Amino acid sequence: MKINLKVNGKDHTSDVEPMMSLAAYLREVLLLTGTHVGCDTSSCGACTIKMDGKAVKSCTILAVQADGCDITTIEGLSQNGEMHPLQASFKENHGLQCGFCTPGMIMTAENLLSENPNPTEEEIRHGLEGNFCRCTGYHNIVKSIQHAAESN
Amino acid sequence: MSNYIGQSIKRREDDRFITGKGKYTDDIVLPKMTHLAFVRSPYAHAKINSIDTKAALSHPGVVAVYTGEDCGNFGVPCGWQVNFKNGDTMKEPPHPLLAVGKAKHVGENVVAVIAETLQAARDAAELVEVDYEELPAVTNPNAAVQPGAPQVHDDIPNNVVFDFALGNPKEEVDAAIDGASHVTKLNFKNQRLAPNAIEPRSYIADYDVTVDKYTLYTSTQNPHLIRLLMCAFVLGLPEHKVRVISHDVGGGFGSKIYHYSEEALVTWASKQIGRPIKWTSDRSEAFLTDAHGRDYVTTAEMGFDNNGKIVAFRVHSEANLGAYLSTFSTACPTYLHATLAQGCYTTPLINIDVTATFTNTNPVDAYRGAGRPEMTYMIEHLMDTAALEMQIDPVELRKTNFIPAFDGVSQPGYQTQVALQYDSGNYHATLDRALEMVGYDQFRKDQEESRKNGKLLGIGFSTYIEACGIAPSAVVGSLGARAGLYESAHVRVQPTGSVSVFTGSHSHGQGHETSYAQFVADTLGIPMENVDIIHGDTNEVAFGMGTYGSRSLAVGGSAIMKSLDKILEKGAKIAAHKLEAAVEDLEYAEGKWTVKGTDKSIAFGDVSLTAYVPHDYPEGLEPGLDFSSFYDPTNFTYPFGTHIAIVEIDKDTGKVTLKRFIACDDVGNVINPMIVEGQIHGGVAQGVGQALLEGVDYDENGQMITGSFMDYAMPRADDFPFFETDRKVTPCPHNPLGVKGAGEAGAIGSTPAVANAVMDAISHLGGVKDIQMPITSERVWEAMNS
Ligand code: FES
Ligand code: FES
Repeated sequence: MKINLKVNGKDHTSDVEPMMSLAAYLREVLLLTGTHVGCDTSSCGACTIKMDGKAVKSCTILAVQADGCDITTIEGLSQNGEMHPLQASFKENHGLQCGFCTPGMIMTAENLLSENPNPTEEEIRHGLEGNFCRCTGYHNIVKSIQHAAESN
Repeated sequence: MSNYIGQSIKRREDDRFITGKGKYTDDIVLPKMTHLAFVRSPYAHAKINSIDTKAALSHPGVVAVYTGEDCGNFGVPCGWQVNFKNGDTMKEPPHPLLAVGKAKHVGENVVAVIAETLQAARDAAELVEVDYEELPAVTNPNAAVQPGAPQVHDDIPNNVVFDFALGNPKEEVDAAIDGASHVTKLNFKNQRLAPNAIEPRSYIADYDVTVDKYTLYTSTQNPHLIRLLMCAFVLGLPEHKVRVISHDVGGGFGSKIYHYSEEALVTWASKQIGRPIKWTSDRSEAFLTDAHGRDYVTTAEMGFDNNGKIVAFRVHSEANLGAYLSTFSTACPTYLHATLAQGCYTTPLINIDVTATFTNTNPVDAYRGAGRPEMTYMIEHLMDTAALEMQIDPVELRKTNFIPAFDGVSQPGYQTQVALQYDSGNYHATLDRALEMVGYDQFRKDQEESRKNGKLLGIGFSTYIEACGIAPSAVVGSLGARAGLYESAHVRVQPTGSVSVFTGSHSHGQGHETSYAQFVADTLGIPMENVDIIHGDTNEVAFGMGTYGSRSLAVGGSAIMKSLDKILEKGAKIAAHKLEAAVEDLEYAEGKWTVKGTDKSIAFGDVSLTAYVPHDYPEGLEPGLDFSSFYDPTNFTYPFGTHIAIVEIDKDTGKVTLKRFIACDDVGNVINPMIVEGQIHGGVAQGVGQALLEGVDYDENGQMITGSFMDYAMPRADDFPFFETDRKVTPCPHNPLGVKGAGEAGAIGSTPAVANAVMDAISHLGGVKDIQMPITSERVWEAMNS
């Protein structure tokens, strides 16, 4: 099936299998491997991207459902070679270790802050409920998001 | 310049991770690459009568289909031989790459289907028909050793892998327990856990017929070890024909040490079909087949005299190793476990007795702590339970029993009753600091006050010790390890003075690219930017044993230091020649050799250039500045610390909320405090996860009932408060950096602190029995209402 979509500001037209997930499309067709797959069942959040301004889990969306949509992945977050404040804050606050959950965490955090620019610690922790990190105990992830919110 | 050590330098590897440019195995795509899907056993125990692969083979896009018959002679090995008490060799049945004759656990590989696309491989796998005859299964290690239990391996009666004991003579320990004025006894299960690295395992094998060489890309913690095991023990390949690469790896926690059958299978099959093959686990396969952790059924007793002094400690455990022996499974409940039974206490008599069993479950291997968390849980949970029973303050009870401080330099190490000699320790110091952090006296007042208002607050302690930096090769060799456990390092100074460090350690989240560069730059007195750390490729790094057991810096770092010493020694000869001085008259600081008492000096970069352009050069000295070293440690090293948990329990629902978590750890000298703290956070989260949330369960037929993120309770961000951490420093006296190890401390110390806090919160209600982990709302409610 033919789809037209915009990914990180670039237009793409592709012919995809009807059952191909959006995560697989991004990774295998566009080679945007920053979007990770940790479960394929909507549980871990590693595959989180933004679709038409909302954070979604790309493992449980079909590529064909993204037809006509505007998508941002982790690769599209930095602008003009400048790191996004959240990316900078994750580095500054050691918000990652193995880095596998990180793209999904940052995309979720970006969504969280766009909806609630001054979240409490509890709101941040609650907002990360759909994203697993096995390395950091979430401590520095929450700190990274707080720090990004404060410096905004 | 020399000031990187001790600084929280931000991690250089983060730049690629935060921009989505990490290179994990599944990100790699090779030309003409095929995909593999497994048919896995739906039964825990079943005879395989026949396998029909015809339909699968004729499915469009299928390249090949293999069964156990096709690769029946290959099997993956166990890395550690533990003998029976009577000296007999442990039972070590073959572990085929694909099941032969019988399937022995749910999820075992039975058939491999290779196709042009993953979808075609998966569809064709559905078409394979396996005629199974289901057999009765056993999943509990205690049940497995009972007469008449189903036999996992036909020729291994009672499913016993080995029996094992360590410590003082059993009769002496028994007599001391019998004569004790108080004995605290606990029966419990240290439940099975799923490591759940967020990156699923992934392997790509690429056989190149033109040069007769193999490349295996793998998400492993120890690429050289995989190459060695696979070449020497599984496929019989010459090592120089095999390159193993593990670039970025998304977490390991022990589960990516094991040389898995899938790694060998894709490597073998790639030659059969002459094309690259990729297999990436999905999460269900990860739950079923990534090596699990823990799983002991234990009776532990501690005897005290009437002053609260421990007189003896006695344990019997059955350890469930699963259906096959994984790489380190046999070491976990024995030499990585029983050897920690001294804890931080002066216990004079100890006997640890373990029976290891086969069951129809997935193999168990090292999981963050590997044997030490299980021992620490016993000791520390016994301590708080005993304090409650004897009505002694748990802090006082510990202080009564602590080994006094010793630095291992002016005072000797401490010889335990269970083989090890602790290198240095100061257990009072971390406890005192943690008490100060928590505000202990005030807490007890608040607790009393809150009880009046119907609130249930509890505090729990854990003063742990652990052994890391595994290990002196001769020692572990005498205990059955089938490999040496040194580390290698190669330091290459380039002609222009920049430095490439090739290390056998492997980073899968630990930040070696940064922390190693810090101490290398400091030692050489050059900017960090001039130092690169290379790991994870057997073609680049000569050899390595990999990263596990919190050994990277203590062992791998020491190997690098040895190479740096050689570089400075040779550099001094070149400098002396150039400066027309004697080597003894030079001193090295801030990146240059200076003739003492003069301003005559030569910079590191000039010496390195001279080494490669040796026109004006010391006679007889080889050109170049490039050294390899192997470092074999002289002892383990022993971090320790105090963890304190404060919980609040909802009286109506039994829900446990972790209110505060305090950790004061002593991991020796620290290169990068930010990274060390991060390691503690992650470890604590996993330890708390075990205490309150996680557990792999099989039903009586051996079906896993916790095989997805919906059924297995992974800790989430809102399960935790911010952790409160601090450190004390007692350097390791026997390695050049004075470091101990921080990777596992959090997971080892935290679990009993949380369990103890729960008991402290509710035991005053009367009649409350010990609660098994995970301490769920339901279990707490039952305990309060029975
Ligand atoms: S991969 Fe999409 S939520 Fe886990
Ligand atoms: S950093 Fe490894 S899973 Fe989050």
